[in-house]
Amino acid sequence: MAEIIVVTSGKGGVGKTTSSAAIGTGLALKGFKTVLIDFDVGLRNLDLIMGCERRVVYDFVNVINKEATLNQALIRDKRTENLYILPASQTRDKDALSVEGVETVLNELAESFDYIVCDSPAGIEKGAQLALYFADTAIVVTNPEVSSVRDSDRILGVLQSKSRKAEQGGTVKEHLLLTRYNPARVDAGEMLSVEDVKEILAIPLLGVVPESEAVLKASNQGVPVILDADSDAGKAYDDAIARFLGEDREHRFLNVERKGFLSRVFGRKG
Amino acid sequence: MGILNYFRSNKQTSASVAKERLQVLVAYERNQRTQPDYLPQMQQEILAVIAKYVDVSTEDIQINLDEDCSILELNVTLPEKG
Ligand SMILES: Nc1ncnc2c1ncn2[C@@H]1O[C@H](COP(=O)(O)OP(=O)(O)O)[C@@H](O)[C@H]1O
Ligand SMILES: [Mg+2]
Repeated sequence: MAEIIVVTSGKGGVGKTTSSAAIGTGLALKGFKTVLIDFDVGLRNLDLIMGCERRVVYDFVNVINKEATLNQALIRDKRTENLYILPASQTRDKDALSVEGVETVLNELAESFDYIVCDSPAGIEKGAQLALYFADTAIVVTNPEVSSVRDSDRILGVLQSKSRKAEQGGTVKEHLLLTRYNPARVDAGEMLSVEDVKEILAIPLLGVVPESEAVLKASNQGVPVILDADSDAGKAYDDAIARFLGEDREHRFLNVERKGFLSRVFGRKG
Repeated sequence: MGILNYFRSNKQTSASVAKERLQVLVAYERNQRTQPDYLPQMQQEILAVIAKYVDVSTEDIQINLDEDCSILELNVTLPEKG
């Protein structure tokens, strides 16, 4: 049986797609057969972040409408073994995904995959609700910023009332992934700290991903940032995956890096 | 504590303002989520009745229902007698 993970946030532009790509890749690297599904109908981007945009022939909606089989639509990742991508449709029809259609596809995927990672669209309405409906686990991506934290709390409300698990009297497992964290600004009192966000949302912390130049660089190249293993963001995602799989790892990148004398003089940015 | 921190601690940082605002808002919204659907309409109607007799605005009236819907609490801040 596959575990269905939704990467969600309410607010747009906080790092859901970046995180989905990293998490899917991270799980596949650990040997789990993983599929990444882009639920952002009309605004597909996951294929671009994964660097497989030119290999998209069929998409999620084609499969639901039986215009293609799953095997025809699934893109096998060229870099990472065990990893597949199911791209979103570019259709402007917002109702292209139905609960029944999604369920059928997820059931078929669940037969052969270990993890199904769903990259949610922004919002708390239909599209986002469909992406989280079948989830066993939610990774709530939050930025240390008022509107993002508020929207995360609202999406937690949706998870707790409108998911299938909730409707059946169960609960979706919740994880907080704090991204675009800037320790220097936290120190200066200009940004909410990890502790602040944890206290407000009151869900377990999976990881903290720092604001990082590596993320833009990775997306420019269509390589999930977790594969940039020397970068801060890459390491932070790697830690998050290890914790997700039950390993106990200390949080890193929470404090301002003390720069050595030379790097201060020459002003190299890390 | 450095002298900079000393000055800073007198003035609230913007992050601590953000935290306080969020705590209030999130608590309010969570409460709303757990309330029954009829509550907003009922609040409006109670407010309309009170406003007919006393000069109060929406902010002066708080209507809360406790979690298991067993106590309805109504708080009205009356205008000062002029
Ligand atoms: N840790 C990070 N550091 C710097 N930029 C980031 C980070 N995470 C995401 N971004 C940038 O933020 C933007 C939005 O990210 P994206 O993953 O597309 O968000 P969403 O899917 O939630 O809309 C992108 O430009 C991405 O490169
Ligand atoms: Mg996205």
